[in-house]
Amino acid sequence: MKANCWHGTGRVRVEDVPDPTILNPRDAIVRITSTAICGSDLHLYNGLIPTMRSGDVLGHEFMGEIVEVGGGVGNLSVGDRVVVPFPIACGNCLQCERELFSLCENSNPNAWMAEKMWGYSPSGIFGYSHMLGGYAGGQAQYARVPFADVGPIKVPENLTDEQVLFLSDIFPTGYMAAENCNIQPGDVIAVWGCGPVGQLAIKSAYLLGAERVIAIDRFPYRLRIARERAGAAETINYEECDVRETLRDLTGGRGPDACIDAVGMEGHAPGVWGAYDKVKQSMMLESDRPPALRQAILACRSGGTVSVAGVYGGFVDKFPIGAIVNRALTLKSGQTHVQRYTRPLLDRIQKGEVDPSFIITHTMSLDEAPAGYEMFLNKEDECLKVVLKA
Amino acid sequence: MHRYQRPGTSVERLATSLGYFSIGLGLAELLAPGAMARLIGIDDGSQQRRTLRAFGARELANGAAILGAPQDANWLWSRAARVSAAAAAVAGVAALDLYSARQLQQRRALSRRETRSGVLVEETTTVNRPVEQVYAFWRRLENLPGFMRHLESVEQLDDRHSRWRAKGPAGTSVSWDAEIVEERENEALSWCSLEGSRVRNRGTVAFGHAPGARGTELRVTMEYAPPAGSIGRGLAWLFGEEPSQQIHEDLHRFKQLLETGEISRSDGPSLRRPARPRGTVAGKPRLAEVRR
Repeated sequence: MKANCWHGTGRVRVEDVPDPTILNPRDAIVRITSTAICGSDLHLYNGLIPTMRSGDVLGHEFMGEIVEVGGGVGNLSVGDRVVVPFPIACGNCLQCERELFSLCENSNPNAWMAEKMWGYSPSGIFGYSHMLGGYAGGQAQYARVPFADVGPIKVPENLTDEQVLFLSDIFPTGYMAAENCNIQPGDVIAVWGCGPVGQLAIKSAYLLGAERVIAIDRFPYRLRIARERAGAAETINYEECDVRETLRDLTGGRGPDACIDAVGMEGHAPGVWGAYDKVKQSMMLESDRPPALRQAILACRSGGTVSVAGVYGGFVDKFPIGAIVNRALTLKSGQTHVQRYTRPLLDRIQKGEVDPSFIITHTMSLDEAPAGYEMFLNKEDECLKVVLKA
Repeated sequence: MHRYQRPGTSVERLATSLGYFSIGLGLAELLAPGAMARLIGIDDGSQQRRTLRAFGARELANGAAILGAPQDANWLWSRAARVSAAAAAVAGVAALDLYSARQLQQRRALSRRETRSGVLVEETTTVNRPVEQVYAFWRRLENLPGFMRHLESVEQLDDRHSRWRAKGPAGTSVSWDAEIVEERENEALSWCSLEGSRVRNRGTVAFGHAPGARGTELRVTMEYAPPAGSIGRGLAWLFGEEPSQQIHEDLHRFKQLLETGEISRSDGPSLRRPARPRGTVAGKPRLAEVRR
């Protein structure tokens, strides 16, 4: 089959690899119809996630048709159309029983690598480094899906791939980011980063009852999409004005009730702070650049919540813990427990409350994946989300 | 107290070279901020250029101060010492940064001690299953090779005695007999290798209820004596360089097997092989019967 493979920083290639086979009774094989490039794939592309190896199949947002099921999968049949959540979860361990699926204790066969990094291991993830399981990803024609009786959700034929594909990751991710804000009537939410997750976090914040959502980015087209399609009340271009002053101004001096970081480890900042983080990251003195997270913490209303949806991998410097402690902020985060959200969010899509396909700007064939990565990375042609047709 | 510093000492050379380095860095930052920005990988914007130019001016001043200092021995000494101390502090902090990050990321074995008779290893895990089931599965010793990667087989000879066979290096295998020396159902199981065994080892597996219906806590304590010679090398290979890591991973597979009925399989189980499907399925699937 064809698969998009990682070959080092800035290098991906579509090549022929063996077809996946059933390895365990609870495995299924999916013939992929649609797959997407995630913002977090760019962290891999930029070489910032350790334990990648040349030849790894990338991709963790995918859907398709079941073509083979193992003997232990009772709820799926060949021919079913499914969306596959990016975290792999067994459904049996204590974390899965508590619906903390991205913390599944059994799905990462290489858990010891993650334990060295983080103390304990989260779940395995498709196509996202060896320390998160070394699973072949879904930017391919086929994928093996472990614990297929738990993760994949069947989707009705009357919905297009584009409408349901993002149930695999970014819609639940944006939704959980908003849910973590514990939104109360009248709450103003600020969202850093108007990439795909940021856009869906804005949308989700409104679904969960936010009074107003303020979006922050530096690309005018992304801010425009945030206003026109996600519904943000106000947008701030951080290269043009002081974000904290503007937020204070827009919230009657209170600060946003909750702040969502939808940026993650490769944040940019103008001026000295941006340079500081770039130098420290390039000297490997910090692994992640957190200007958005710092700003979100400092901007948040006292007693408010900072919800981190962006991916961070290691260590950061100048983390404003003093603001968190002295102003009683709540910090919430986590890889998304996708399996918890697929059913309720599919219902919302079916009812027409939301159509996540509004973020798609480019549709390409799987063969064009390398061009898609470059385009997404460089924000060429107002690129916001690339969907690949396998 | 005056201390004479001879010209050309290492401190002076360091100070002088630091001075020239400052001048060079300062000039580069001042005259070619764009190139500098690209060199250190920061954005090449107007604000970054302004910042770098400011840094450059400061560096130039530093360099001039160091190089232009009068050759008064005491003065040079104090200046040079200050400069080198500052440089050493910066380098030291950077090294400490890296070191502490690494240290934070190290996972320490629960216990791994060299004892007089060998190596003692302790590991623990929690299995989300009733203690009766966990105990029964372990007590059926034939199940152990299903999750202990280096075991080939365990054969139950009678109720108390068993024969163990493990993979050695280069396709060889080592074998030994063991006896169950203590058995308390659903609580503990202790074994000891028989007199004359080529691989001397003993240990205990303790089972207990985890609090709040969290299943079963299991603790393995094992002591083994690596024999000399080829068998010793075989045993070192058997448990890897870090036996506690090996047992830790074995227990993770045990947990997977009991909780999910299967052992999770990676497409890239080590960094030696890319995460992509294999053409042929290597090895036989090791599935044991588990009631779920």
